[in-house]
Amino acid sequence: MKEVLLPRARPSRWVEFGFQGLSILMALLFTTLVLLMAGAPPLEAYRQVLEGAFGSLKRATDILVAWVPLMLVTSGLLLTFTAGLWNIGVEGQIVLGAIAATGLMRALQETSLPPPLILALAMTAGMVGGAAWASLAGLLKIYGGVHEIFGGLGLNFVATTMILWLIFGPWKRPGIGSMSGTEPFPERLWLPTFPGLRLSPWALLLALLSVALVYVLLRNTYFGLRLKAIGKNIRAAHRLGVPTARYLLLALLGCGAMAGLAGAIQVAAVYHRLIPPISSGYGYLGLLVAMLANYRVSWSVPVAFFFAALNIGSIQLPITLKLDSTLSGVMQGALVLFVLLMQGARARWRSKSVAEQGDDA
Amino acid sequence: MTPEWIFGLAGVLAAAAPLLIAVIGETFSERAGVVNLSVNGAMLLAAMAGFAVAVRTGSLELGFLAGAVLGALMALVVAFASLTLRQSQVAVGLVLALLGRDLAYFLGNPFMGVPGPRVGALPIPVLKDLPVLGPLLFQQSPVVYISLITVALAWVWIFRTRPGLVLRGVGERPPAAFVRGVPVTRVRYGYAILGGALVGFAGAAYTLDLKGGWQGPISGIDGIGWIVLAITIFGGWHPVRGAFGALLFALLQWLSLVLQPSLPGIPSQVLNVAPFPLMIFALLLTNLGNTEWVQTALSRLPESSRRLALRVLRSLQVSPPAALGTVFEEE
Amino acid sequence: MKVEMRHIYKSFGPVRALQDVSLTVEAGTIHGLLGENGAGKTTLMKILSGYLRPDRGEILLDGKPVRFTSPAEGLRHGIGMLHQDPMDFPAMSVLDNFMMGHEGGFWLDRRGARRALQELARQFGFDLDPDVRVDHLTVGERQQLELLRLLWRGVRVLILDEPTTGISAPQKVRLFDTLRRLAGEGKTIIFVTHKLEEVEELCHRVTVLRQGHLAGEATPPYSPQRLIEMMFGRPLPMPERQPVPPGEPVLEIRNLVVGDHRLRLSRANLTVRSGEIIGLAGMEGSGQQLFMRACAGLVRPWEGSIRVRGKDLTGKPYHAFLEAGVLFVPANRLEEGLIPGLTLTEHFQLVYPNGRYLIDWEQARAEAQRRIRDFSIRGKPETVVEALSGGNQQRTLLALIRTPAHLLLLEHPTRGLDVESSMWVWRRLKERAQEGTALMVISSDLQELMQYCDRIIVFFSGRISEPIPTEELTLDRLGHMIAGRGW
Repeated sequence: MKEVLLPRARPSRWVEFGFQGLSILMALLFTTLVLLMAGAPPLEAYRQVLEGAFGSLKRATDILVAWVPLMLVTSGLLLTFTAGLWNIGVEGQIVLGAIAATGLMRALQETSLPPPLILALAMTAGMVGGAAWASLAGLLKIYGGVHEIFGGLGLNFVATTMILWLIFGPWKRPGIGSMSGTEPFPERLWLPTFPGLRLSPWALLLALLSVALVYVLLRNTYFGLRLKAIGKNIRAAHRLGVPTARYLLLALLGCGAMAGLAGAIQVAAVYHRLIPPISSGYGYLGLLVAMLANYRVSWSVPVAFFFAALNIGSIQLPITLKLDSTLSGVMQGALVLFVLLMQGARARWRSKSVAEQGDDA
Repeated sequence: MTPEWIFGLAGVLAAAAPLLIAVIGETFSERAGVVNLSVNGAMLLAAMAGFAVAVRTGSLELGFLAGAVLGALMALVVAFASLTLRQSQVAVGLVLALLGRDLAYFLGNPFMGVPGPRVGALPIPVLKDLPVLGPLLFQQSPVVYISLITVALAWVWIFRTRPGLVLRGVGERPPAAFVRGVPVTRVRYGYAILGGALVGFAGAAYTLDLKGGWQGPISGIDGIGWIVLAITIFGGWHPVRGAFGALLFALLQWLSLVLQPSLPGIPSQVLNVAPFPLMIFALLLTNLGNTEWVQTALSRLPESSRRLALRVLRSLQVSPPAALGTVFEEE
Repeated sequence: MKVEMRHIYKSFGPVRALQDVSLTVEAGTIHGLLGENGAGKTTLMKILSGYLRPDRGEILLDGKPVRFTSPAEGLRHGIGMLHQDPMDFPAMSVLDNFMMGHEGGFWLDRRGARRALQELARQFGFDLDPDVRVDHLTVGERQQLELLRLLWRGVRVLILDEPTTGISAPQKVRLFDTLRRLAGEGKTIIFVTHKLEEVEELCHRVTVLRQGHLAGEATPPYSPQRLIEMMFGRPLPMPERQPVPPGEPVLEIRNLVVGDHRLRLSRANLTVRSGEIIGLAGMEGSGQQLFMRACAGLVRPWEGSIRVRGKDLTGKPYHAFLEAGVLFVPANRLEEGLIPGLTLTEHFQLVYPNGRYLIDWEQARAEAQRRIRDFSIRGKPETVVEALSGGNQQRTLLALIRTPAHLLLLEHPTRGLDVESSMWVWRRLKERAQEGTALMVISSDLQELMQYCDRIIVFFSGRISEPIPTEELTLDRLGHMIAGRGW
């Protein structure tokens, strides 16, 4: 056998752009078809989404309000994805973070502790809650052989149940419990926001910190290198001396902590109480963001922003066009789907061109 | 008079019927090596679309057909992405699971709460009057009969026919099937699409039969698709064991309803969702024998009890088709 | 049926597996295809059977050109191939395997197939239980099953790829008789091997391949010297084995019992001293892998103790073994040994971190460069391992062995390598032994074991022999013991 290095094919930049552009175009085409099926005027719907997202400064900052938890969750998921884990349980980890933060704030709101301390403790509690929930999925996987997708999904169901039970049971509002959630916290326990806006500088800072942390972790540390090794080939990583079980668990704990922090921020800075849909589906959305960003930290920042903009832009749709606001989900899903398909098409195209090169040699 | 528990059990059969069909569908797909994770989205979309078509056309048959076609289409996308484009089955399946759900809610908006046609019971003459068995089995809706027939047919197909033998071979070792002249990729496409169609049919059965109508996010269908995937594993890719799992799940759901009044200490929300964690527990049992710490613990036992423990674990354990989720490149 | 292959070319990416190879096989003969590992024999035969498509060249059957796009078409033309690794379904029964792929009606005719199987088995004197699962059969029996299956399908050209690897001596005798008989009945038989004596014993004519080229043809009486020259291009140097004076005990195994759900090994006692090379011989799956993995801490023993340099490691996890200087190098390079997608630099950083938390990539690159030079790996620090050739992957694996290593456990360290790379690997291993490391090596190449090991332990379906000093062994005796005779 000849010892030859395989050349890594480098198709031209234009071809790459062409494939990317094509997938966006196909996603747009798909959504347009869906809109037509729903009997809605597509152009008007797109205009409404744009208007809804960027129509005013307040709305534009609302995008950041949505971006904060989404980015936190995505950062966490980049850790688990790097370790080769499908942490679908992230949804429940957000919920548990929110529950833990709420519980702590309820316990301390009557005390004389300074509010900033209570809020800091609530954030910490959220991280602990999320991490604890993530560790359950991890233990089920490592010691029970239950795939993290199924363990995580089951735990998501349990988390949703827990939140309903708390809102209708022990934490119900004076009088009767309702879907509107728990009794709101006093204003001094709200995470401070920019004047007149819903955006909290503290939340923004935490999200930015988490992105930076994950960026450095994955790029410049042995922790990141070991996670990458596990994600690419767990058996070989183990043989080469990486303590795989510990690192899988650490990845999940890190992700859970960030997701839990997102949940705590939703409670302390956005809703000021616990509501049943506290996660707003940001967990599943974070999975899509990470996939679309091709699991890269740097790309996930703008992708998360774009997805957040779609979410905010769709809020008005039920009122203005009598359309369901899940349109944003359809657009996001279609985009990721077509990008995945195009990636495959591109890889096929590339391998064909390599084979031809080999023939010519 | 028929005792009440028989009606209860008949209800369990009815509730399990769509589950059975979907589990058989996913079993076919996974036996051919394609893990179709989109089941949850496919079932929701098929439930909505089946109902919408039935409302518009007034035809239940067209409704079921629409559901099956949509399910097959989504399976086709997963198969195409993984078999032809070599993308991760998990990624594509997951995206479709989410996309299907959002599509169902978006497009289904105008059909929420709309009255529509519904499959009725179809008592079978003579048999329906049997004691116990009559009310249990023969006064059901056609979907129930179809589900039971599907299970039986699937078993016969997989274990008694030549195409079934090929299916088992493709799931076990695609290259070996290929050298014996089996067009592996085509077979995989075929069963993935068949499985998707069954899943779609099952989805439509929820709105056209079991639940009677589309209620959007509160239809109570969201989540079932994930249970279908779990039951497929629990069933060890065997149609009869899978059917048993589906029945068990429906039974647990029914029990949680029945037990509610007698367990006032436990909030109803907890009982309603109890079958889901129980399913995980069941998965845990089927996998336990494979884990390292159990092996270690076993190695500490004396020889005789180790043999016994091994045997118990083995009987619970399932082994997936060896080629599950892999790609095979035909030259 | 007369088979002709003309001017066949085949490349895999940049690797040219076959260049201008032609082959003519007359009907009713046994034709040998000889060459060392990687010479292109299997590729050529996969093309003939329809499994692979040639880049160029043509195939003629009885003078008529044919073009196959799948094994299905090859089978339709009566060409069947017995692959080196039996292409069967281990988790299914013998009968199901026998029927798989056979044409017929919609319903499975189990009874008819069972009759056909038993009838064929009787004709050839094979003893196969139709209801047993295939993974309970020996390799030889699996081969017999495949052979019968192909005959049932009515093949006229039978290709056998290294059929004698892993089968017992009586099974081999029976196989050869069967092949002679089939040739006598007019079937065309192509026999792929790298063993000279098999060609001498069996083949009416032989074609030799070397590195993807046609090296020549020969007819009996064969001149072994000439065949070897065709195979290797030059006579092989035979390195001398110099025994190392045994040092301190490194590995002490007392009353060890290992097993899994299929196999239970006999009780073992063994002391390996520093500088020693111990060979583990046996057919695939006879227990040597299990034994080695127990020594590596990857499989927990059921009974007994393992001590490494006096320290009791019984029941300790793999990482404790690693820390004690026990290093395991698995056979599946890209599955268990290396991490596809990671670069050489990243691999070296995993094993030899030069910091605790933060990676200094510049320094890491320089270190990688140094190791790449030391181990003459053909690659750059940023090359991903899957882009390396097999030989370079093996070098990388050796470069990843930590120092100090007290006990090195290697599974098939030279499998799939060409002669030169194999000799390089063994040179490195000898150096390690000279430095005082104890080595344990699994190999299916008995000659290699005889040449380099100080003592050899033979495994036969769970039985473990005493370690036998190599000078008391002959290749012949070793071959017998592996097949379960002469214990």
